[in-house]
Amino acid sequence: MLRKFKEFVIEKLILLCGIASVIFVALIFVFLLKEGLSVFKFVRIGEFLAGRSWYPISEPAQLGILPLILGSLWVTFGAAVISVPIGLGCAVYIAEIAPGRTKEVLKGGIELLAAIPSVVLGFIGMVTLVPLVKNVFHLSTGLTGLSGSIILAFMAMPTIVSIAEDALYAVPKSYKEGAFALGATHWQTIWRVLLPAASSGIVAAVMLGIGRVIGETMAVMMITGNSAVIPRGLLEPLRTLTATIAAEMGEAVVGSEHYFALFAIGIILFIISFAINVTADLFLHKHK
Amino acid sequence: MVKFSVEALDIWFGKTQALKHVTMSVREKEILSVIGPSNSGKTSFLRMLNRFNEENPEFRMSGVVSMDGRDVRKIDRETLRRKIGMVFALPLPLPLSIFDNVAYGPRMHGERDNRRVAQIVERSLKQAFIWDEVKDRLHESAFKLSGGQQQRLCIGRTLAVGPEVILFDEPCSGLDPISTAKVEETMMILKKDYTIILVTNNVKQAARVGDRTAFFLSGELVELDATDKMFTAPSDKRTDDYIRGKFG
Repeated sequence: MLRKFKEFVIEKLILLCGIASVIFVALIFVFLLKEGLSVFKFVRIGEFLAGRSWYPISEPAQLGILPLILGSLWVTFGAAVISVPIGLGCAVYIAEIAPGRTKEVLKGGIELLAAIPSVVLGFIGMVTLVPLVKNVFHLSTGLTGLSGSIILAFMAMPTIVSIAEDALYAVPKSYKEGAFALGATHWQTIWRVLLPAASSGIVAAVMLGIGRVIGETMAVMMITGNSAVIPRGLLEPLRTLTATIAAEMGEAVVGSEHYFALFAIGIILFIISFAINVTADLFLHKHK
Repeated sequence: MVKFSVEALDIWFGKTQALKHVTMSVREKEILSVIGPSNSGKTSFLRMLNRFNEENPEFRMSGVVSMDGRDVRKIDRETLRRKIGMVFALPLPLPLSIFDNVAYGPRMHGERDNRRVAQIVERSLKQAFIWDEVKDRLHESAFKLSGGQQQRLCIGRTLAVGPEVILFDEPCSGLDPISTAKVEETMMILKKDYTIILVTNNVKQAARVGDRTAFFLSGELVELDATDKMFTAPSDKRTDDYIRGKFG
């Protein structure tokens, strides 16, 4: 009797935990939507998304987030260009080529990279990378999209490497043997058999890496220069969606159009990361 | 004519000795069946011939394996493996069409001319006795074929690279009796042009298709003789016991 009661209580407690997480997500979502959508009382959706000026506290306020969206996209694009080839190369090396010991050391190193707090990376980037970028490209400031991309590439790399490595490792050994038996070289086997067979996992790895980059705030805020103008390339200061929220939320007057606009930016970010995660998920499950 | 000769071969994986002092030869254009219980070293023996064991970092060896009088370790792996095709226990089509599966090897080795590729595919599939069953659906996925058809497709794929020798590693262990019969029939005909080495768990299969049979036990080559003799009057008691199904 007592035992049954215990079972019952434990079961319900676990159920409660499960429900709680769903409720939290729902509440956050509702709050975000309620606050964010209010901005459209002040500005039309087209003007908000495609407006070229972000002057939230001038009179009248100009709430165009195009520079911020482009800022995020540029930084993400730059980070992807750097981290995807290096990350995939690293994954192939770890999964296929590295001998036992090297493999362990490399995997440990990658995990360590993932453990560095983003603010520390941002700080290191600020004192080392920023002056370097400035000198190499003869710029007036090194606080540019490129600096942000490089630091973000470091952050995306562990995700890309570990998921892509898992995907490569999951390819049946027999595929590899089949290719070897036909006289394929190791590289031909990797390029023509293993990578295609692991492709869905690799796409997922890239997507999740990019997801990490889009949502990252601290490091980019510290080293991209934070100027909300439409960037024409990676060698200029720019500002991302995330950095805007982090930098301005403290000063925005609650209930002002500026405040609502920041929430609306939150919605945009939410939609982007949600789309990326869903895509990654689709590829991961296609794999299984 | 001797195709392979193996002299005083010992091999180890880590601390485990997988083959103990094996000396034997394989003749050109014969079917040599290799039988023995699990862990007897028969697959390790097979994988010596195309240097597959060397993919295992723990592998060590002493002794010599030579093909046409040349030490296989002096032939680079890719060249060796083009000459020595291998068919595995589980049919392993790549996730491609039937045609592309067979065209894979020749294309990988640099054949760019599509007409030539098509010729090779047709010839290989005919040799593997599957052409009539698939000729009208060459561009369907290879996964739509039955297990036995997939296995013959894999034989065709192996043939497309132009080997001299085909190693079969328990090719029928996952197949039903009818498919098995077809694969065996294919082997019998391929014997005219190729040297075939068949590792099998199925003693009856060895008796059906092998010209000669080798019996391995715990890494030792116990006996190697003409199949007829081996299955009627084996010279070693252990062979007799295994063939009669007393162990293994």
